[in-house]
Amino acid sequence: MDLGPHSGFIIASYGLCLVTVLGLIAWVRIDKAIQEKALRELAEQGVSRRRPDAGGR
Amino acid sequence: MAFWDYANPTRFLRLVQVVLPWLTGLCVLAFAAGFYMSFFVAPEDYQQGQTVRIMYIHVPAAWLSMMCYSIMAVSSLGTLVWKHPLADVSAKAAAPIGAAFTFMSLVTGSLWGKPMWGTYWVWDARLTSVLVLLIMYLGLMTLWRTMDDPIKAGKAAAILTLVGALNLPIIKFSVDWWNTLHQPASVMRMDGPTIHPDILWPLLVMAIAFTLLFFVLHLMAMRNEILRRRVRTLRLRAATSAHPRSATATAQPAE
Amino acid sequence: MTSWALALFLRDLRLSVRVGGSALVGVLFFLAVVTVIPFGVGPDLNLLSRIGPAILWIGALLATLLGLDRLFQADRDDGTLDLMLMAGRPLELVVLIKCLAHWVATGLPLVVAAPLLAVFLNLEPLAMGAVTLTLLVGTPALTLIGAIGAALTVSLRRGGLLLAVLVVPLAIPVLIFGVSAADAAIHDPVPFLTPFLILCALSLIAAVIGPVASAAALRFASD
Repeated sequence: MDLGPHSGFIIASYGLCLVTVLGLIAWVRIDKAIQEKALRELAEQGVSRRRPDAGGR
Repeated sequence: MAFWDYANPTRFLRLVQVVLPWLTGLCVLAFAAGFYMSFFVAPEDYQQGQTVRIMYIHVPAAWLSMMCYSIMAVSSLGTLVWKHPLADVSAKAAAPIGAAFTFMSLVTGSLWGKPMWGTYWVWDARLTSVLVLLIMYLGLMTLWRTMDDPIKAGKAAAILTLVGALNLPIIKFSVDWWNTLHQPASVMRMDGPTIHPDILWPLLVMAIAFTLLFFVLHLMAMRNEILRRRVRTLRLRAATSAHPRSATATAQPAE
Repeated sequence: MTSWALALFLRDLRLSVRVGGSALVGVLFFLAVVTVIPFGVGPDLNLLSRIGPAILWIGALLATLLGLDRLFQADRDDGTLDLMLMAGRPLELVVLIKCLAHWVATGLPLVVAAPLLAVFLNLEPLAMGAVTLTLLVGTPALTLIGAIGAALTVSLRRGGLLLAVLVVPLAIPVLIFGVSAADAAIHDPVPFLTPFLILCALSLIAAVIGPVASAAALRFASD
C-alpha cells in the first residue's frame, strides 16, 4: 500500500514501537531465565524454601 | 475475598500460569485486528494524509503511560495502607513498562510532529507533561535500583509514587498555564473537534490491544520479581547457614 | 510545646550556619550560576533583563537542591534522628521545623541576595522587587518539596544527585508560577496577583504534603 510522502515517519514510528515492545519482551524472558537458573542452582546446593523444622534450630 | 486470596505469592504464580496463555492469545488477536484496521480499514485524513496512522500507536501508548502510573499509585496505596504483599511487586514491575510506553508515546508524537509541525519537538503542554512523566518513571526506577532491601525500597518508592500522583494534576495544570502564556494557540490541536467512527474503531481496538499487552508484560514482570525475591531470600538463608557456628556463637555466648 | 520546637529550630539553625557554613556556600553557588549565564547567552543587557527572573529562579532552585542532601542525613548518621523518632513528638512537626530552620539558613540568604544579583541582570527596580517577593514566597515550597527527596534518599550513601532527579519534576509548578508572577509584574500579559496567589497556594500545599510524606519516609527508613 502507498503510505504517501511521509512513509518514512510512519514506518519509523511503528518500527520503533516494535523494537521497544520486543525489548520489553526480551527483558522479561531473559530475567525469568536468570531467576529460574538461580533457583535451580540453589536447589542443587540443597537450599530449600522449606524451613528446616526437623533440624530444630 | 479474592483480592486477599492472591496475597500468597505461590497462589498468585499458579493463577498467572493459568491466565497468561489466554491473555497472550487475546493480545495477539487484538493486535492482528488492530493493525489490519489501522492500515486497511481506516481512511486517510483529509488534512494529515497517511501520517494519521501514527495516531493508532501514539494515542494508545499515551493512554497506557497514564494508566500505568495510576496502577502504580493504586499499588502504592496497597503497599502503605493495606500492606498487601504483592502491591510493591506490582508497582515495581509496572515502572519499566510504563517508562517504555511513555517513551513510545514521546517518540511517535515527535515523529508525527515533524511532518505536521515541521519540527520534531515543540514545547507543547501535552508533550512537556509526558516528558515530565518519563523523568518521574526513570527517577522511580533509579530509586528502586539504589536500595538493597526490596521492602524498604518498595515503601520509599510508594511514597514517591503517591506524592507524584498528587503532583501530576498540578504539573499538568501549571504546564498548561505556562503554555498558553508563551504560545498563543498557534499549535495545531491533535484531536479534531469530532472523531469519525472510521477512525474511532481502529483506535479503540488498538487501545485494547495495548492494554492487553501491558497486562501480559506486567504479569510476567511480577512473576519475575517474585522469583527474584525468592532467590534473594534463599541466598541470604544459604549465607547464614553457611556460618552456623558464628551464628550460634553470637546467639549463645555461654555454653 | 513551643519550647522544644524553638529549641529544635535554634539547634538546626546553629548547626547549619556553623558546620561548613552552608548558608554562605549556597549564596556563593547562586552567584556563580548567575555569573555563568551571561557567558552562555551573551552579554546583551536587553536579553538578560528579559530572562533575568528566570535565571534568578533557576539559580535559586539549583542552590536549594544542592543544600538539601544534608537535611536529614547528618542527624541520621549520628543517631539524632532515632532519638527524635523515639521522643514521641509528632514527626511531621519535627520535619516542618527542621525545614523551616533549613530555609532560614539557606533559602532566606538567597532571597536577600536576589536584589543584588538582579543588578547584574539589568532588572528594573519593580522587577527586582517582584522577583524577590516571589522568591520569598516560593523558596519555602522548594525546601519543603525537597525534604521529601531528602527523606527518601536518607539511607543512601550518595543520594545527592538522585535527590535532585526525584525533586525537579515536583518543583516544576513552583518554578513556572514563580517566573510567571515575576514576568507578570514587568510586562503584564496577566495580572501579577493571579500567578502570585497560585504560587502562595503551592507553598501551602507543599507545607502539608512535604512534612507528611517526609515523615512517612523517615519512619520507614528507620525500621
